[in-house]
Amino acid sequence: MLNVENVSGGYDGEKIVKNIHFSVGKGEFFGILGPNGSGKTTLLKLLSGLLELQQGMVKISNISITDLTKKQLAKKVAVLPQLSPQAFPYTVKETVSLGRYAHHRGFFQTWTEADEKIVQEVMKQTNISQFQDNSVMEHSGGEQQRIFLAQALVQQPEILLLDEPTNHLDLAYQKELLDLLRTRARQEELTVVAILHDLNLASLYCDRILLMEQGEARAIANPDDVLSEELINRVYHTEVIKQLHAQIAKPQLHLMPGKKNEKEGAKVKIDEALLSFSSERIVLQAKQPLKTLSSGVIGAGFGWYSSFVNRHVDANYNCTNHREEMQEYLSRYDFPVSQTVGMMTAVALEDHSYGMYEGDGFSIMIVVTAGVGNAVDSTRMDSPVAGPVKPGTINTWIFINGKLMDEAYIQAIITATEAKAQVLRDCNVRDAVTKKQATGTSTDSILVAATQQGKEIDYAGTATELGYLIGRGVYQEMKQSIQNYFKRKEMHDHLSLN
Amino acid sequence: MKSNLVKYTLSLAFLVSTMLIAVSVGSVAVPIPEIIKIIGSELFRLPVAADVDSMYISIVYDIRLPRVILAGLVGASLAIAGAAFQGLLRNPLADPYILGVSSGASVGAVSTLFFNISIPFLRMYTLPILSIIAALATIMIVLFFAKKVDKTMRVESIILTGIIFSSFLGSIISLIIALTGEELQQIMSWLLGSVSMRGWRYVGIILPFLIIGCFLLLMNSRELNAMSFGEERAQYLGVNVEKRKMLILASGSILTGAAVAVSGTIGFVGLVIPHLARKLWGPDHMHLLPLSMITGAGFLILTDLLSRTIISPQVLPVGVITALVGAPVFAVILIKQKRKAAR
Repeated sequence: MLNVENVSGGYDGEKIVKNIHFSVGKGEFFGILGPNGSGKTTLLKLLSGLLELQQGMVKISNISITDLTKKQLAKKVAVLPQLSPQAFPYTVKETVSLGRYAHHRGFFQTWTEADEKIVQEVMKQTNISQFQDNSVMEHSGGEQQRIFLAQALVQQPEILLLDEPTNHLDLAYQKELLDLLRTRARQEELTVVAILHDLNLASLYCDRILLMEQGEARAIANPDDVLSEELINRVYHTEVIKQLHAQIAKPQLHLMPGKKNEKEGAKVKIDEALLSFSSERIVLQAKQPLKTLSSGVIGAGFGWYSSFVNRHVDANYNCTNHREEMQEYLSRYDFPVSQTVGMMTAVALEDHSYGMYEGDGFSIMIVVTAGVGNAVDSTRMDSPVAGPVKPGTINTWIFINGKLMDEAYIQAIITATEAKAQVLRDCNVRDAVTKKQATGTSTDSILVAATQQGKEIDYAGTATELGYLIGRGVYQEMKQSIQNYFKRKEMHDHLSLN
Repeated sequence: MKSNLVKYTLSLAFLVSTMLIAVSVGSVAVPIPEIIKIIGSELFRLPVAADVDSMYISIVYDIRLPRVILAGLVGASLAIAGAAFQGLLRNPLADPYILGVSSGASVGAVSTLFFNISIPFLRMYTLPILSIIAALATIMIVLFFAKKVDKTMRVESIILTGIIFSSFLGSIISLIIALTGEELQQIMSWLLGSVSMRGWRYVGIILPFLIIGCFLLLMNSRELNAMSFGEERAQYLGVNVEKRKMLILASGSILTGAAVAVSGTIGFVGLVIPHLARKLWGPDHMHLLPLSMITGAGFLILTDLLSRTIISPQVLPVGVITALVGAPVFAVILIKQKRKAAR
């Protein structure tokens, strides 16, 4: 559709855009990114024929744009430049209707029904028909941008060029505008070439992206490849972190703020001093949020949390509304719900066990509460555990004073789970139904939280020092906790026998 | 939204009534029914009804009517030129007088008179054509310098450049006047702008240029609409901006040059009338241009009437009255614009 062949150009003989070469297919949404002054707008002016090419060629359906008259070009290419102030109070409809200029021949061609139809249709699509008789000047920047988009669309172009169309727009309008453009691209095969400011928006909407730096193309590829941490860090001279969008398979980049202030930057260490115990709950209160992966009732999944609560509930606790009930509980005791991981257990909290383990340049702390009242063998084949869901029994907390990669979190959980199975075997805990070795209880919970300071730790498999410490720590603390549990049970039985 | 029929009916009614009043009022009052009879018979080449006083015929036909028509044509020319300049420069303060185009045309006219230039082939059109050429040269130079001063061609830069050139050209005119010595009073009154004692010959001089200029501008009314949104956007809409801009500037200069050649410099008509017309009837040039013409004609006829009756029997130059009305309007628009920009 659009072929840009070795294009160079700029103002007054100066070369701002250098040797840009790419092509855009019909119906494609093509983004242009780059830092300020990288030549994005100049490139767009070269593509639209506003600036003369110093070198190279721009072709639309294999016809060079220099071979077209201005009117012919306007029927193929429409442009939405950045918003500029208006001099006269034209009405919205008058403004949109000007888009039909290129379709009229000479002075005597009158406004036709076809013209009226397309103008009304586009005004409806861009959601501006309700104020078509108002003056453009009365409207906000976002609405004006929609009015001029409508003007460009009634040109019925094959290609639409846009210069930062979402500038000055509210979040909702940004989405609305880009959604509209994408729908046009998908359904009517409109080819869209847009300069975008926001890397994350570009990632969400563009099929391909051209990344420019100092007038040259640094990359032309799909969003995933262009928005690589390394490339963006180099071109924008700033540190970004790449992650996947939470809901769709598109990358998103996160800025890293500069030097933190002292309080924030203070070194944190998780140790026993932060723990507090009562018969009702075990709490760890960190001074700063920890990056946490957990299966808690509250704060599950990845997140940043500073309060960790393991709450004792009665064995007959009614689990139907447990999430809301837990939220109420946390609020009642002044734990901010959004910053808290909350777990429940039916076992006696006094059976807990915890310990610190020192590694080379990092340390970990393990906290376990355990009971084996409803121990199961996870490999038993007959059926899911019958009966009402009982609150968890083995809750494992792993705190790490170190900086973990995502994979290390998952490996930490695998390692801890393997250690748990070993503890249960060594304690000879059996599944009540199958009488085979149990591997856990039916409602176990786990969390791995790290300070994300200090030593960088990529992995936590059993071959690594972290994995080794987790395996050893979980084994020791859990065994201790289960032994405490048995001891107390025995005492209890003994007392009741007497 | 007012319908086009209403817009044109009201404007034409204004024009016709000012014409009738202006022909009627004077040292000898001519009753309006007589005027209609005289004009009607002239139009249809019928003998004038016997009951009309022959003195009336002479006053209407030889003195007042040519004056009123000339005033109307000059007013129409200046108003449509002003409307076009405003649209092109996206600026309600543009006006042939403020941009220095009128001064340029004056220099052309005064030099023609001073050097007694007469180009054989052009004969009586020598004066307007040299005025037009001078007007066109002036607007080109003004825009060139404005662009040198300020690449973005902000409104203020263009106006400032226009004012600088106006005073520069004004001093050239003063120099020429100082050198002539004679006929000072006559040239002075011409400079201040007047349509008195010109007769049908002058109507004949301005008419062809008015027709050409208006035709060219009306042909470009869609382009003017597009360019009101900025030259960049106009080009994206498919307008051949360079060509159209030259055409519009040339048409504006033709209209201004011819008007100055027959009546001297009459300021602010091209500022006040398009502004008023836009306020009343909307900014669409398809109608703004013709409506400005009609209103401008009526306005100048009215001010000319004032100029010869207000301190009768003394006659004021009509340019004095338009300036008295126009300068305050200019100030008000400027303040409003600044306020809007500040918001």
